Amino acid sequence: MKTLALLALSTLMSTTVLAQNIAITGGKVITMGENGTLHKATILIEDGTIQQVSGDDIEIPEGYQVIDASGKTVTPGLIGAFTSLGLVEVSSSAGVVDATVDPTPITKTGAALDVSYAVNPDSSLMGVTRIEGMTAAATGITYTDFLFSGQGAVISLSGDEPVLKSQAFVTVDVTGSGSEHTGGSRAALWVTIEQALAEADAVTTLPGPDTAWHGLNTPNDISALKKVLSGDLPLFMKADRASDIRQVIAFKERHSMINVVLIHAVEAWRVADALAEADIPVIIDPEYNLPGNFDQLGATLANAARLEQAGVSVAIGMDTHNIRLATQHAGNAVASGLSYDAGIASLTRTPAQILGMEDTLGQIGTGYRADVVIWSGDPLEVTEVAEQVIINGSLIDMESRQSRLRERYVGMDAASDTSASHYVRP
Amino acid sequence: MKSVNTRLPVLLSGLVCALALSGCTATAKSADKQATNNKVEIDTNPYPSTYQPLESTPTLIKNVTLIDGVGNKIDNAMIYFAEGKIQAVGTSLDVPADAKVIDGEGKWVTPGIIDNHSHLGVYPSPSTRSHADGNEMTNPVTAEVWAEHSVWPQDPGFGRALAGGVTTLQILPGSANLFGGRSVVLKNVPNRTMQDMKFPDAPYGMKMACGENPKRVYGEKGGPMTNMGNVAGYRQAWSDAQDYMRKWERYEADFDAGKNPKVPKRDLQMETLAGVLSGDIRVHMHCYRADEMTIMMDVMKEFDYQIGTFHHAVEAYKIADKLAKNDVCSAMWADWWGFKMEAYDGIRENIPAVHAAGACAIVHSDSDLGIQRLNQEAAKAWSDGQRAGLDIPKEEAWVWLSANPAKSLGIFEQTGSLEQGKNADLVLWNGDPFSTYTKAEKVYIDGGLAYDLSAPETWPVSDFELGQVGEGDVK
Repeated sequence: MKTLALLALSTLMSTTVLAQNIAITGGKVITMGENGTLHKATILIEDGTIQQVSGDDIEIPEGYQVIDASGKTVTPGLIGAFTSLGLVEVSSSAGVVDATVDPTPITKTGAALDVSYAVNPDSSLMGVTRIEGMTAAATGITYTDFLFSGQGAVISLSGDEPVLKSQAFVTVDVTGSGSEHTGGSRAALWVTIEQALAEADAVTTLPGPDTAWHGLNTPNDISALKKVLSGDLPLFMKADRASDIRQVIAFKERHSMINVVLIHAVEAWRVADALAEADIPVIIDPEYNLPGNFDQLGATLANAARLEQAGVSVAIGMDTHNIRLATQHAGNAVASGLSYDAGIASLTRTPAQILGMEDTLGQIGTGYRADVVIWSGDPLEVTEVAEQVIINGSLIDMESRQSRLRERYVGMDAASDTSASHYVRP
Repeated sequence: MKSVNTRLPVLLSGLVCALALSGCTATAKSADKQATNNKVEIDTNPYPSTYQPLESTPTLIKNVTLIDGVGNKIDNAMIYFAEGKIQAVGTSLDVPADAKVIDGEGKWVTPGIIDNHSHLGVYPSPSTRSHADGNEMTNPVTAEVWAEHSVWPQDPGFGRALAGGVTTLQILPGSANLFGGRSVVLKNVPNRTMQDMKFPDAPYGMKMACGENPKRVYGEKGGPMTNMGNVAGYRQAWSDAQDYMRKWERYEADFDAGKNPKVPKRDLQMETLAGVLSGDIRVHMHCYRADEMTIMMDVMKEFDYQIGTFHHAVEAYKIADKLAKNDVCSAMWADWWGFKMEAYDGIRENIPAVHAAGACAIVHSDSDLGIQRLNQEAAKAWSDGQRAGLDIPKEEAWVWLSANPAKSLGIFEQTGSLEQGKNADLVLWNGDPFSTYTKAEKVYIDGGLAYDLSAPETWPVSDFELGQVGEGDVK
């Protein structure tokens, strides 16, 4: 890794060096694609794209930077399945929180909100998160006073123009707390959802400034909901209680075109067969095993494993500042019965599929975006780390604001014979 | 203020007088007379522990990798415990023929995990508003409240923590107030009442809080609204407590001199603060920033008390030398950061950096999920330290989970390490506890088998979970 360290030094504060041709050799490569897991494999990367991955001894063309990954594990870059990365810096009392939205006239049902305008690639969370192996993420609004929590985006965790896909999903909360803005009852919540969608469906010409309009939605909401109705924009439905999840399944039966994704889903295991039958994937934090409220009485660490057994696609990772811990969450799901392959898939291929990016993200295969991570060992082990992250074919400078703080302070004692004193700017 | 035994006759006669109003003169006189005979003293243990250990079978666990909690690792080790106590640790032990023998090949034994920062019971699951009993947010100084009066023993979180190898835990009030009230130390053997779980003879702690939380809660409710307001609040309260102590000292001196002094009015808030100043109650202070912790260590010297532990201490790595010099522990997360400004400078090497500087480092949870896998928190901190060049062996790192929190709570004489004569609070892990895939297989508290991964009938089901969805399921 010495060459990498030199590269890092020469580029100082920049995030990446220029895209280059890279060969990663000798590693155990978990491709998450048709090649399965390859031992002592070679990956060729050219211009940000994976050219070839092979378990055979292939010749490395001239001009490739070779990274020896012998003894290491190589995976596709991890994808944060549900985050607010780039939308929030410090959540409490410190500003830069584009992940929550107060009432505003542009929207009445919330569907119009669009985070792709709000993503900040200079957020310190980007560096902190990407050096731990996360290369892309779904990012969205965590709280609004509206029915829908707006349209989320898929972002890359590197680069000045991070949005890979805008208008990537719309979120709606159908838990007990989700009904807070519809009279505090599910009895109103579901009727409101159906009415908002029916209205979007019925409108053929968007109302303009000269049109009298008394609908539930604003024109911008209608535009967004039309894409939900056609299935172009996945609808992330948050539910925990089994009966709420059954309502989600019934909703999907009523609206077969809508691309429904279930999120949070604490009691999903109780409805696992029906979810599999309805082809509804889930995004969960598998560590929830406490009845945090009356919607979550069936919480268990076996949630992920039971969903997998029933044939449900499981993505793992719901957090923002510490979405980097999704590997630990997946590891604990594996410790509780999820297969190892599904554990890695929950962080890579499955979120890519959910986000409609399965042809470019989430696998190491020819033609895929070159988001690749070289790990010191098993990525799901809490004691192992990402040693080198590659995003879009570029070696990431493995530094973050946190690593800089560490360098400044840790070992300060060792550096001087006396006790630590004031620090000096580098 | 240190001895026990309230003199009931005095208090009762006063009460009768207050209620009857008329005809009290004679009673009052006789009460005064009694007072000359009976010095009023405060009962320091009015809610005594009724904890009863589980039945302890003499047990030998052999062929294990054993971490003793005080820095040693023994391969192919044996540990023998009986009558609730650790009898012997070694590689070859002679034990009674009737001892239960467990072959632990490939497994590890460690001391039970002690979490010195939990809100189980005071912020229980389900987290309904009816259950939000952890923060008395009515005044910035509520040293008079005691967390033990808020603990709901039916919190399913206790059982989940047990499955994670937690044998002892401190329940703290929240951090809304400058002085949040007293903590209570519990044995993690779920039971009907708080007293049934209360750790016998553990000293009391008191919660204090620095920084953003008190400002946010009281900034628009009369203050404090700034950090300088916070510090003024601590100083005034300590000053008041000194005054209160002088009143009682004067009373005692006058009494001892044969005078007939008026009994000072009891002030529950001042009583707790005085307990800190006299060294009986340990300070647990929520404090994130290095500069704030350092100011608090000066306040500590100004008023001559000891801060036992800074909790959260996200910036402890910046002042590890000062923490070591002042003998203050830091209870930390492995990697939480950024959720508020004072947590913005969190780094993954905080815990090993504090340890490497010779200061007392503790892994804490402050979370009903985190408490279930504190071994993984220590594992992360250990490995991050290794990569930063802080070469701390696993057996030394385990002090973060058992010995140091036991010292922080004042119970290291009883628990926190696997040494002869100590409480048999220990965990048999089904592998290396520094791995994601390892689970606690058997958890012993005072030698009793409190949890057994392979025996679902030992998995705790709280009253709340009984008859509900998920009762008795894998958790």
